[in-house]
Amino acid sequence: MYRYDEFDQAIVDARVAEFRDQVARRLNNEISEEAFKPLRLMNGIYLQLHAYMLRVAIPYGTLDSRQLHMLAHIARRYDRGYGHFTTRQNIQYNWMKLEEMPDLLADLASVEMHAFQTSGNCIRNISSDQFAAAAADEIADPRPYAELLRQWSTLHPEFSFLPRKFKIAVTGSAIDRAAIQLHDIGLQLVHGPDGAIGLKVLVGGGMGRTPLLAHVIREFLPVADYLSYMEAILRVYNRHGRRDNIYKARIKILVNDLGAAEFARQVEEEWAALKPLGLDPPPSELARIAAHFAAPALDADAPVDIDLSNAEFADWVAVNTHPHKVPGHAIVTISLKAPGEIPGDASADQMDLIADLAQAHAQDEIRVTHAQNLVLPHVRRDALFTIWQALKGAGLATANLDRASDIISCPGLDYCTLANARSIPIAQKLAVRLAPQEADLGELKIKISGCINGCGHHHAGHIGILGVDRKGEENYQLLLGGSGAEDASLARILGPGFDENGIVTAVEKVIGRYQTLRAGPDERFLDTYRRVGAEPFKEAVYG
Amino acid sequence: MAESTLFRLRADPQDSSWAQGDPAVPLADLAAGGTAVRLEPGDDARALIPHLASLRRIDISFPKFREGRGFSSARILREAGFAGEIRAVGVLYVDQLAFLVRAGFDAVLPETLFDPAVARATLARFPHVYMKAADSARPVWLLREERALAARP
Repeated sequence: MYRYDEFDQAIVDARVAEFRDQVARRLNNEISEEAFKPLRLMNGIYLQLHAYMLRVAIPYGTLDSRQLHMLAHIARRYDRGYGHFTTRQNIQYNWMKLEEMPDLLADLASVEMHAFQTSGNCIRNISSDQFAAAAADEIADPRPYAELLRQWSTLHPEFSFLPRKFKIAVTGSAIDRAAIQLHDIGLQLVHGPDGAIGLKVLVGGGMGRTPLLAHVIREFLPVADYLSYMEAILRVYNRHGRRDNIYKARIKILVNDLGAAEFARQVEEEWAALKPLGLDPPPSELARIAAHFAAPALDADAPVDIDLSNAEFADWVAVNTHPHKVPGHAIVTISLKAPGEIPGDASADQMDLIADLAQAHAQDEIRVTHAQNLVLPHVRRDALFTIWQALKGAGLATANLDRASDIISCPGLDYCTLANARSIPIAQKLAVRLAPQEADLGELKIKISGCINGCGHHHAGHIGILGVDRKGEENYQLLLGGSGAEDASLARILGPGFDENGIVTAVEKVIGRYQTLRAGPDERFLDTYRRVGAEPFKEAVYG
Repeated sequence: MAESTLFRLRADPQDSSWAQGDPAVPLADLAAGGTAVRLEPGDDARALIPHLASLRRIDISFPKFREGRGFSSARILREAGFAGEIRAVGVLYVDQLAFLVRAGFDAVLPETLFDPAVARATLARFPHVYMKAADSARPVWLLREERALAARP
């Protein structure tokens, strides 16, 4: 885990003082709501349908138990006893009072946390692989590279008023758990010709109104040139990205309009100007950061075989744990998707419990996943039963990871001012209906957005659902065939939309047809869809 | 908009080459001469590079809040070695002052007057910066490196 030094702490403390001052000026009416809006947005504070909403940054989705306890405290003290984990590995609180916000930010700062740039047209929270430092398939822990980016992008003087928001993901593995092809910039750690680690650079992916997959603009970027190259990409975007139309302002539109080759050429040209300016920190800085992420001392002789005679426990182990790179250990995913509950929500008590488990059994680390679940990354297999029992007692032992009821959903019209339709009730209904058969269905990723902005990643869903407004009525479009993983693809609309009950029935028909078409128990829905195409599903739904 | 609303981000320059009153001409008219020019957001700052030696002031326009191209323009001009005055003109808020300083601006002519006390407090707010830019502030990675070197026996 990265720990702040006095420089990091001083910057975060100054931010709290600045916002305290800004809120005081607002409450005294020295500044109008119009002038205040950009200031609160830079601190992650939105005015939603019913109240202020605060989005707290969880850099690359990594927390320690002290921080998760603080998130629980904030839920109790300032909200209604719960928080909502987001698809950007952050947490949102939905019932905030503006006058309490400075104290809240001070509480966060006391555990080295903040809400910097969780909103606004700037570089947002850097996301990463939730299995970092635990998965056997990575070449290195991506988080030091993400932390270096976090620092570089914090209060960047040139890139705080970009054409639009800007999202970067970093992964250390060819198995993509961070959806790097669907980010403004996706970075993958790779070995160069001489064996040194560098970065493969992808640009121009994204979802929203115009979903596009990213293009590789550089196969290998030496680490020594990392930040100056990022500056070059951001400068080309800041200068030439469209500002006349909010829906065409993301970098993906610029990359698409110029063509990836021309965009890459412009970046290289800009980089040639920037590289000699000494913008890149010395290697000692990355080494300093990386030292904070030193691998935990795990016992490689820990027993691999554990008692799986309890069938429910055995099922949970099979579904919600992954192999760890150290023998005798596992990566545990705690599902926040109990069917019927709100996807991604956790109560303060649940957060406290998970923090305690992390401290006792998981090297004091917790990760947030972009699928809105939590992860204990370093767990001895012989502690799994104890953990499972504790989770079960708190309603957290749902064995549904990557299955039909593990649904990603945005907050939708229940909370969000941008939404056209509710998402949460659709997720709840689908989860309840599909849970009984999900074990048979295997991996099936359903993702729901309540508007075209796509915070629920519907374009990356094996089955995606998009809520729209049709003449004042909520209407739901059905999309099939998306993936946010290393086999990334964009889901396509199947046909005309449905009302709230109709969309649930339509998904059930799609799944029913899949079961008749499936080549075998190992063929996922996505594989079947790719093999047979949309027609059979169209016929099942509309035929 | 009176000249008196100009807010200086640095101490008043002693250098007489700084021309407060020179009228700024649009980029397109620069060929006809002039010592001050006004860059609009869509103008290419690099088009000024051949003219920098004859320019004493460059005004960079921010016609609306959220317009961020001027930050790149200023930095590009500083990177090209321009040592005259760079002035931000338009819809700018006091809370953007630190960004303006770091991007290389010397002065701001805001549409709405700043409260000088708030402006001073804002400029003094952040004790450290994370990245190099067009000002003289040294990023924390440099401070950390110096500290590590000093700690070596």
